[in-house]
Amino acid sequence: MEISDVRKVASLARLALTEEELLTYGRQLTGILDYVRLLDEVDTQNTEPMPHAIALQNVFRDDQRTNSLDVADALSNAPRTDGQYFLVPQILEERSGGK
Amino acid sequence: MSLHYLNTAELHSALTEGRLSSRQLTTACLNRIEMLNPSLNAFISVNADQALLQADRVDEKRRRGERVGVLGGLPLALKDNICQKLVPATCGSRMLQNFRPPYNAHVTERIEAEDGVIVGRLNMDEFAMGSSTETSFAGPSLNPWNRQRTAGGSSGGAAVAVASGMVPLALGSDTGGSIRQPASFCGVVGMKPTYGLVSRYGLIAYASSLDQIGPFSRDAFGAGLLLQAIGGHDSRDSTSIPVSAPSIEEIMAGVPGKLRVGIVDEHFGEGLQPEVGDCVRQAIAELEAAGATVSKVELPHSKFSIAAYYLIACSEASSNLARYDGIHYGHRADQFSDMTDLYCQSRGEAFGPEVKRRIMLGTYALSAGYYDAYYLKALKVRRRIREDFDRAFQSVDIIAGPVAPTPAFPLGEKLDDPLTMYLCDIYTISANLAGIPGISVPCGFTSDHLPVGLQFLAPELQDSRLLQAAKLFQQRTKWHEQHPELS
Repeated sequence: MEISDVRKVASLARLALTEEELLTYGRQLTGILDYVRLLDEVDTQNTEPMPHAIALQNVFRDDQRTNSLDVADALSNAPRTDGQYFLVPQILEERSGGK
Repeated sequence: MSLHYLNTAELHSALTEGRLSSRQLTTACLNRIEMLNPSLNAFISVNADQALLQADRVDEKRRRGERVGVLGGLPLALKDNICQKLVPATCGSRMLQNFRPPYNAHVTERIEAEDGVIVGRLNMDEFAMGSSTETSFAGPSLNPWNRQRTAGGSSGGAAVAVASGMVPLALGSDTGGSIRQPASFCGVVGMKPTYGLVSRYGLIAYASSLDQIGPFSRDAFGAGLLLQAIGGHDSRDSTSIPVSAPSIEEIMAGVPGKLRVGIVDEHFGEGLQPEVGDCVRQAIAELEAAGATVSKVELPHSKFSIAAYYLIACSEASSNLARYDGIHYGHRADQFSDMTDLYCQSRGEAFGPEVKRRIMLGTYALSAGYYDAYYLKALKVRRRIREDFDRAFQSVDIIAGPVAPTPAFPLGEKLDDPLTMYLCDIYTISANLAGIPGISVPCGFTSDHLPVGLQFLAPELQDSRLLQAAKLFQQRTKWHEQHPELS
């Protein structure tokens, strides 16, 4: 993997990595990707993918009202709240003077 | 009389018959933890007060003649990725260092309903990613047989706690061997049930299509009892199978008829340490002496299991761990420039190297242009691996072989070489991909006195057969009655 690819993957994964980490993961991921190329030996032309370990279909439950977490419990582990909502940094720019 | 190494059936009947109170047993466990945990690091946290309260509740029920649940006041401990309401669940990660789940996992509810006594929470590789419990932010658990060696992982704390007599029972989770491999390294019984037999509601996710909660014990009775308590349908997990767990009576009734044991050449090939192979072959001969028939079966795709596993598990992990955003719960960085940077800094600071590596691999495998070549290809190979098992189980009841190619390896040996660490799971990973149950049973020691594990695999939902076979083996051998010397 090129260092630019590693940087792109880190950005997709939302991971801030140091230059040293980028180099290490680049080297290690290249090794792992070389190893998994082993799978090319298997002819899977007529094989359906198996996304899950068991073949359960149409799992329904009764449509009954149940309690969900109350607000205080849901917020209890949040790094920042105002007691009712999660607080996040501002994501929209303020516009001065106009609508 | 020392209680620490009594077998689970004896402990259970002493409790049931009132010869022993849950408070006495729980106190003995808490004392043992206090004495041994500083040197073995099996527990991340211990909740003595809560445990004694629960023990007293069970004793009171019994005194009043009320119905007592199947666990009957037995103390046990949970891997630190299983939620207990308001009790810190760190998952071995700085990310969740201060996380207190607002609800109980299904298995936690079941244990309380069946009168188990939860004494504390067990060390693990960070987010269950690892095979040695060395990636935990709390430091490694040490193998009680030799403290220079790893405990295995990721449920290393659970294996150490049971092997050293701190608790008779524990719950771990197994995504690629994380129950069976540490059980093998520490000389105890560890079982991964059929995928879907135990609800994952309240298990902090690593790879959802592979994760399964399962029991640790020193004997088949204990593993069966705990599986009976926690197994069965739960509508809060959409992959939960609508069946009940096998009952302990069914398991203790033993193997019905003649057991047909399959062995696989690939399990005894290159990479297997000769001493481990010798112990396992001896164990299979013991089954034969007990009346089992042994024949060869083929699993031609087993050599592809590690490659398929790491693509699938890491892809699922990259998606599951996207929830750690520094907003809803978990670590939040102090310094950041904007919203995206808040995510990146929080995750970059709080995840350890193995977690980052797997998120990176999974993100790459799922990214545009690579999805078909890696993730989809791995899912197709997964089906071929499952089909191998379906064919093999047409002629045998169980497959027997080694759990891991080596005994417990030295601390630090594989930490900087991820691929070598991944290869530790070569014999266990296929069961997770196929969804079938597997168990590790102690079957001997190497010349430097490290435990060796025997693995049984069975078809989907034949969990009782695995435990019956484990019981049969333990009736004829004394390996599980050997204990490490600890002071």
